[in-house]
Amino acid sequence: MADLSVDLAGLRLRNPFLLASGVWGESGESLAGAHRAGAGGVVTKSIGSVGRPGYPNPTIESYDGWGLLNAMGLPNPGIDEYPQEIAAARAAGATVIGSIFGADPGEFADLARKMAATGVAALELNLSCPHAEGYGTEVGGTPAEVGAIVREVVRAVRLPVIAKITPNTSDPAALAEAAERAGASAVSAINTVRALAIDVRLARPVLAHGLGGLSGRAIKPVGLACVYQIFSRISIPLVGVGGISTAEDALEYLMAGARAVEVGTAVAFEGIGVFGRLASGLSVLLDELGLGSAREAVGLAHRGAGRGAASPA
Amino acid sequence: MRAVVRVEERVAETPTTVTLRFRYEPDASPGQFVMVWLPDDDELPMSLSYTRGTLKGVTIKAMGETTRRSLGIAPGQRIGIRGPYGNCFDPTPRRILVVAGGSGSAVLAPAVEAARALGGEVTVALGATTAPELLFRERFEAMGARLVLATDDGSAGEKGFVTGPAERLLREGSFDAVWTCGPEVMMRKVVSAAGAVGLPVRCSVERHMKCALGMCDACALGPFHVCVDGPVFTDRQLASAEDFGRFHRDASGRRRPL
Ligand SMILES: Cc1cc2nc3c(=O)[nH]c(=O)nc-3n(C[C@H](O)[C@H](O)[C@H](O)COP(=O)(O)OP(=O)(O)OC[C@H]3O[C@@H](n4cnc5c(N)ncnc54)[C@H](O)[C@@H]3O)c2cc1C
Ligand SMILES: Cc1cc2nc3c(=O)[nH]c(=O)nc-3n(C[C@H](O)[C@H](O)[C@H](O)COP(=O)(O)O)c2cc1C
Ligand code: FES
Repeated sequence: MADLSVDLAGLRLRNPFLLASGVWGESGESLAGAHRAGAGGVVTKSIGSVGRPGYPNPTIESYDGWGLLNAMGLPNPGIDEYPQEIAAARAAGATVIGSIFGADPGEFADLARKMAATGVAALELNLSCPHAEGYGTEVGGTPAEVGAIVREVVRAVRLPVIAKITPNTSDPAALAEAAERAGASAVSAINTVRALAIDVRLARPVLAHGLGGLSGRAIKPVGLACVYQIFSRISIPLVGVGGISTAEDALEYLMAGARAVEVGTAVAFEGIGVFGRLASGLSVLLDELGLGSAREAVGLAHRGAGRGAASPA
Repeated sequence: MRAVVRVEERVAETPTTVTLRFRYEPDASPGQFVMVWLPDDDELPMSLSYTRGTLKGVTIKAMGETTRRSLGIAPGQRIGIRGPYGNCFDPTPRRILVVAGGSGSAVLAPAVEAARALGGEVTVALGATTAPELLFRERFEAMGARLVLATDDGSAGEKGFVTGPAERLLREGSFDAVWTCGPEVMMRKVVSAAGAVGLPVRCSVERHMKCALGMCDACALGPFHVCVDGPVFTDRQLASAEDFGRFHRDASGRRRPL
């Protein structure tokens, strides 16, 4: 039986499958439920300084199993109301990674301190929500912005800091490099891909916010390309995110260079039981391929590939 | 699935409640709900009050801004529907006590219809603030259900909350199951009264909803997500959801007393 455990920036995870931010992440009992379902760790909903209701509905458009468009608008109860949720998740034994979003480095640092005080094992910085005005990509869209935020947060807390970057830019790897230079312990990629749906009968966008972010199986090749490119340009660990719903998807990400992966949309289409299936499926797949552990698979697809091969032709 | 449909029919059920009928193909069962999109406004969860055939319906009570505006929707207007979502009532018990308050009749009426079609005996304890607000009173009568009424102002049936007659019926009558939908404080009382006489309860619960896909966590209730694990819960499930009858979460996910 292949060993699924992985080390991620000092965290020891029983398997590489993390619950992605924004899914089952508002209530502590849901985070605990994801842990019980077999997730190796859970990332919270992105939490801000004050509560936000998010955008009005419709906030979701579903594409029959292959994708999901959302513009939730970062709803969250605010950091002061959130410690109780983290406590419930930790009481169940979950390894909790606290996701935060702010408008500038100072707000990020302040949130980081408050999130750290809740007892989370690491922080993930949302530098990448594609549809929240004044947050996400709008404050983390360039290497300089990513660097400034990460630097301030790393100075403020002792926890491992994971920078979650956007694919909605011509050179995502440059964002990852900036995060590494600023002291991040790991990089996660990708957040959702900016996208739109229009209802032709009503001649208007389906989502109340108009633009949204695409997730699910449709974006797996996009996420893989980002991870593959970033792997050859940084030396800190990578967390692969985007469209993972089978063990083979996950192994693709590991081979592209991810040390761990996050799973979001598959929970909507397959239920939380997907975590148990992913873990047992990966174990079988690694055995079948003669790989002794998940760690051994990391970056395998780069064997023999020079720097030139890592970029699109 | 999701579709944009035209409102075929509009029925004013009570001074604050309207039924909208529309053609929507997917099969649905009593208890399930749809997300109703009022373009340029909001998208809200609504139980299907008519589940059979393609002429489906929702029955909307004015509770806040959007539902108040929805009273003005006219036949011919376009609305978006996605779903149906969630689970349903099991219509097979022989003798059922139904306790309905507020807009609760919207989901209970098609369920009672299904039970009656199987030959079930149904008693409906129906409550409202005042007589004209008793939702689906005639519809329940037409199904051959026995009706027991209660109004806050005494304008029909007993004066007071519907939990009064419901608790009495539970003590006196012989039932196999209890179904309830309405204000959560009412449902909590019904669950405990039914528990006292050892009857199983099915309770249709509301929580804030966004995705309706079991993902965004807006509708979290204890270990459950109301949109996929419910909206119909058993008394035993609700016993493991500490917040039932006490707390809900607002659109931001903040826990608030009911
Ligand atoms: C599964 C389910 C089935 C329902 N079935 C019916 C029905 O058949 N008939 C009916 O009249 N009502 C039903 N409701 C309740 C209905 O969705 C709310 O009354 C409606 O959303 C209020 O919208 P508003 O904008 O007018 O209210 P607001 O002014 O926004 O708020 C009034 C109240 O409605 C609640 N509310 C607001 N938005 C939502 C939302 N997106 N999801 C859930 N609650 C919300 C708020 O928590 C608040 O307590 C159902 C709710 C659920 C969850
Ligand atoms: C409904 C929804 C809400 C999300 N909310 C957040 C969020 O709050 N913070 C964040 O960093 N990413 C958020 N994401 C992005 C996911 O964490 C993930 O990066 C993306 O969905 C791709 O992974 P997937 O295809 O497995 O879903 C959200 C995604 C969805 C679908
Ligand atoms: S409404 Fe999103 S999880 Fe239920």
